[in-house]
Amino acid sequence: MIPSSFSYKRAGSPGEACDLAAEYGEDAKYLAGGHSLLPLMKLRLAAPEVLIDLGGLRELSYVTDQGSAVAIGALTRHHDVEHSELLAREIPLLAHAAGQVGDPQIRHRGTIGGSVAHADPASDLPAVLLALDATLVARGTDGSREIGIGEFFQGLFETVLEPGELLTEIRVPKPAAAGWSFQKFTQRAIDWAIVGVAVQGGQVALVNMGGTPLRATAVEAALAGGASPSDAAAHAAEGTSAASDIRASREYREHLARVLTSRALTEASSRVS
Amino acid sequence: MKVDLTVNGKDITADVEDRLLLVHFLRDVADLTATNVGCDTTSCGACTVLLDGESVKSCTVLAAQASGHEITTLEGLASDGTMHPVQRAFHEQHGLQCGFCTPGMVMAIVSLLQENPHPTEEQVRTGLEGNLCRCTGYHNIVRAALAASGGLGGLKGSSPQPSTAETVEVSS
Repeated sequence: MIPSSFSYKRAGSPGEACDLAAEYGEDAKYLAGGHSLLPLMKLRLAAPEVLIDLGGLRELSYVTDQGSAVAIGALTRHHDVEHSELLAREIPLLAHAAGQVGDPQIRHRGTIGGSVAHADPASDLPAVLLALDATLVARGTDGSREIGIGEFFQGLFETVLEPGELLTEIRVPKPAAAGWSFQKFTQRAIDWAIVGVAVQGGQVALVNMGGTPLRATAVEAALAGGASPSDAAAHAAEGTSAASDIRASREYREHLARVLTSRALTEASSRVS
Repeated sequence: MKVDLTVNGKDITADVEDRLLLVHFLRDVADLTATNVGCDTTSCGACTVLLDGESVKSCTVLAAQASGHEITTLEGLASDGTMHPVQRAFHEQHGLQCGFCTPGMVMAIVSLLQENPHPTEEQVRTGLEGNLCRCTGYHNIVRAALAASGGLGGLKGSSPQPSTAETVEVSS
């Protein structure tokens, strides 16, 4: 399969990327690792007229300690998040989950910023970053702004990013509460999760249980009230709107959410030392 | 558009369509046909090559994205008629049946062993999650990866006695 025709532009700097996006408007899409966008283009589910390749922007690939938070450049690949010693020490949930994305080849290309900006509710990292209360930094032609991840996702593949705005950094606060887990259930090893659960302390987020990644607020409230992991996990499907599709029915997804949340909370509590 | 790739150490400049995929560049422009198109959906790994030394699925990379970078295909592994240790391991452990997934498997294992020179069997199996063998010949593929890493008694050809050249002659 070959994508429909487009014009390829390679950005030499973040500023140039924004300028190109402003020039071509809604006909243009940013291309990071391309492992979400190119498959959609091959299937003709997306047909941008212009691709602005961000792959040369090495200045947006970094993991740095900011004291109370870790800043991750948007073009940092899953492989580099997975193998970051800083993240393994300070935010092991994120390093571990990045190592569960796709397969090694996909992790050599896919980027954390691309995964977040693509806003597929079946992707692992958006929910993980939601559980971690990350802050996103976006650059437009008028400067940069910070967006709390709770406000970022608007719907299936929809975010609050304005056309041409470029996600440049993900800031993840170092967790106050220890104990973490990431659980996902897939048909094949490399598939998107049918359902996934990320837990950091008392914060719980769900993969693929609605049009966006979701915080499992009923589970969090039960935990705050002193419920056991299994009792809290019984609330995992409350407030969700999982789809029924070729892989699973909504009811099955709700069941999986409860089971995986129970496993995740149990594993997380076993990691509190 | 003009692209300039280094493929197996050789500079290749070509004028290609912006939408040309790396796998088609390798097969149709560079005339290197070891790299196979399998599923064409980033699932099966038959098109795995090394981009700047790391495994990628070339059906999901544009030739334009790879411009200015180094690509290694299966054809680039052997040097002076001597098979790469992973190729020898596939031969010695009978790591293939129909052979279609083999080039991608070999490249994925070369990348895996660069990152983790002495993996456990479990690490090999998870490291090959992105490569499917429809003959389901996984056992010997995993054995080949372990042998190439020095496990399972290592490679027969790597022992001091039999010369590498003889091993290659017998196998070719």
